[in-house]
Amino acid sequence: MGSLGFDIAHLLSGGMLVLSLLLLYQVRILAVIRVFALQAVVLALSVAWQAYLQNAPHLMVTAAIALVVKGLIIPFALERIVRRLDIHREVETVIGAGAIMLTGLALVALSILLLQPGEGSVLTREDLAFALAVILLGLLMMITRTNAVTQIVGFMSLENGLVLAATGSRGMPLVVEISVAFSILIAFVVFGIFVFRIRERFDTVDVGAIDRFRGERREHL
Amino acid sequence: MIFPVDALLLIPAIAIPILALVSNYRLGAALNVIASGASLAAGIALLFSERTRSDLIIVDDFNIYLITLTTLVGFTTSIFSASSIGHEIETGRLTPAFLRFYHAMYQALLGAMNVALLANNIGLMWVGVEVATLSTVMMVGIYRTPEAIEAAWKYFILGSVGIALAFFGTVLVYLAAQDLLGEGLPAMAWDLLVKGASRFDPRLLSLAFVFLLVGYGTKIGLAPFHAWLPDAHAEGPTPISAVLSGLLLNVALYALLRFKMVLAANPETLDVGAIMITLGIVSLVFAAFMLYRRRDIKRLFAYSSIEHMGIAVCAFGIGGPLANFAGLMQMTAHSLTKSAIFFAVGHIAQVKGTQRIADMGGLSVTHPVLAVGFGLGVIAIAGLPPFAVFTSEFTLLSSTFARMPVLAVLLMLGILVSFGALLLRLHDIVFGDPKGPTGPVKASYGPLFLHLALVFLMGIWLPDPLVRWFRSVATLLG
Repeated sequence: MGSLGFDIAHLLSGGMLVLSLLLLYQVRILAVIRVFALQAVVLALSVAWQAYLQNAPHLMVTAAIALVVKGLIIPFALERIVRRLDIHREVETVIGAGAIMLTGLALVALSILLLQPGEGSVLTREDLAFALAVILLGLLMMITRTNAVTQIVGFMSLENGLVLAATGSRGMPLVVEISVAFSILIAFVVFGIFVFRIRERFDTVDVGAIDRFRGERREHL
Repeated sequence: MIFPVDALLLIPAIAIPILALVSNYRLGAALNVIASGASLAAGIALLFSERTRSDLIIVDDFNIYLITLTTLVGFTTSIFSASSIGHEIETGRLTPAFLRFYHAMYQALLGAMNVALLANNIGLMWVGVEVATLSTVMMVGIYRTPEAIEAAWKYFILGSVGIALAFFGTVLVYLAAQDLLGEGLPAMAWDLLVKGASRFDPRLLSLAFVFLLVGYGTKIGLAPFHAWLPDAHAEGPTPISAVLSGLLLNVALYALLRFKMVLAANPETLDVGAIMITLGIVSLVFAAFMLYRRRDIKRLFAYSSIEHMGIAVCAFGIGGPLANFAGLMQMTAHSLTKSAIFFAVGHIAQVKGTQRIADMGGLSVTHPVLAVGFGLGVIAIAGLPPFAVFTSEFTLLSSTFARMPVLAVLLMLGILVSFGALLLRLHDIVFGDPKGPTGPVKASYGPLFLHLALVFLMGIWLPDPLVRWFRSVATLLG
């Protein structure tokens, strides 16, 4: 592995991180979905590069899954849902763009501090810092969004970080890659069902509207 | 002999497609009982088979009794479910098509828990917990009321974030091990991890444990991450509440403890015990006070589950042979008692047609047998002798008083506060003026009283092999 190998791997992981930050402050729901699709494509490239670097052809399967499922099918399906429900205009975020970006930057700094390159192979640790940052930003996005569709995207962005972490670790057994791909598929099925059920019951996908139906309502009303 | 292990994994795998295809719901329920019974037989056979290990599967003192416990509660719950399922059809809450789905998911849950318990590979263990989570999410939302959908959504979001963080922790453990154990399967095999842990990078292990604690801690229902638990218990079908509380929480705790053993083998890692004690005490005291304001009977016992898992986590955090013994005992006793209570609660909710505590009362007049079963269950879970929960809590308290008196006071506070709340509600439900419908119970009392008998038996006498297993695991846990 030459230093070019490291650099390209870092470039791709860094690209994912930038896209995660971009995701944070998007207000239009369609823009959110498209940025996510782009992130999935970069993930696919990154995984494919790792497959080449580690000489591990089975990682190509993971890359293909990321490209086809997360880069094409899911964004396409989500866009259809969004258009059909006619919610493609504005999405509200809980806090403003400035505050959310600062929080995001703090999280990135935290993950770099946590996984400073120490002993051991440099490549894995730095990749891991990127992956952790993507995971934490996905978490932040899920927290700050009130819309079910954007929360889904936040979760899938988080899963992108997980795949990045798993594929960046040299020789992690195949079991894990299968499980990750598997979980994404199941997650999508579950999510899909939920979105439809939510639509069926509430005529909205705004999670704020579900909150009215708390189990523990005041009895004297 | 490897046969019981294969059976434990194969039976659910065969049962799922069959149950998904059987359209007659009575036949489906019967097949579900048969499949769960076969799993129980395999679980018992496992007790008498040899300990084995491979890079994927392990059978040791720790999981052998948990598997038996899981298959036992899975079997009794399937009987309870089969005997009360007709009611769901009558009231129109579920259609036969949904029941097909329900039975298939039930076996998926049992199979996934077996995978998680049997796994030696920490990645495989994660897959088991994840599949178990997803299958319960589907079942929590099965009534499709607004409340059920909210509960399932909340459970799904919190559960998958927890699971995602646990996965990251798993990757970190692999990375820590990979330098020494080499790439591939051995670096994810738990028993090899424990052996080599003293030479792993302690900082990486510590960081991994933080993620694993938050991740699996969410699934255990520890206090700051517990928000999904009461909703999921209250809105899903009662058999699912029983297996959620009785089994899935245990499986998540088991996964966490496996990693605690890895860290315990490396003295330079962070003090896991202190974090676990804090989380456990916070869960215990918080849940104890929350018990007072519950109006929904299933929600009440969901908070009681948080409380008991808090006690168990605290016990493992304190560590040492005695406290670990108490923790293992607590896991077993809570699992049996809480599922018994949910069986009783299911019967009560069915005859009264509501889950509101205010609408049920005078159970001792209208349904004396049920009142006795429910009363004994609540007394057992509140920690009164001669039931097993008393034994475990007493062991824990007496060992803690000797070592950390302040902590023992806090534990005592939580246990007493919850004791008060539970007896208060028990009084409301069992005594007082009869309220609501007085129709007969159309379901089997068998599972309820079987569990109570087991808890009683464990409270007065522990079989020798069980004591030996508990001891050896308690030593391993450090």
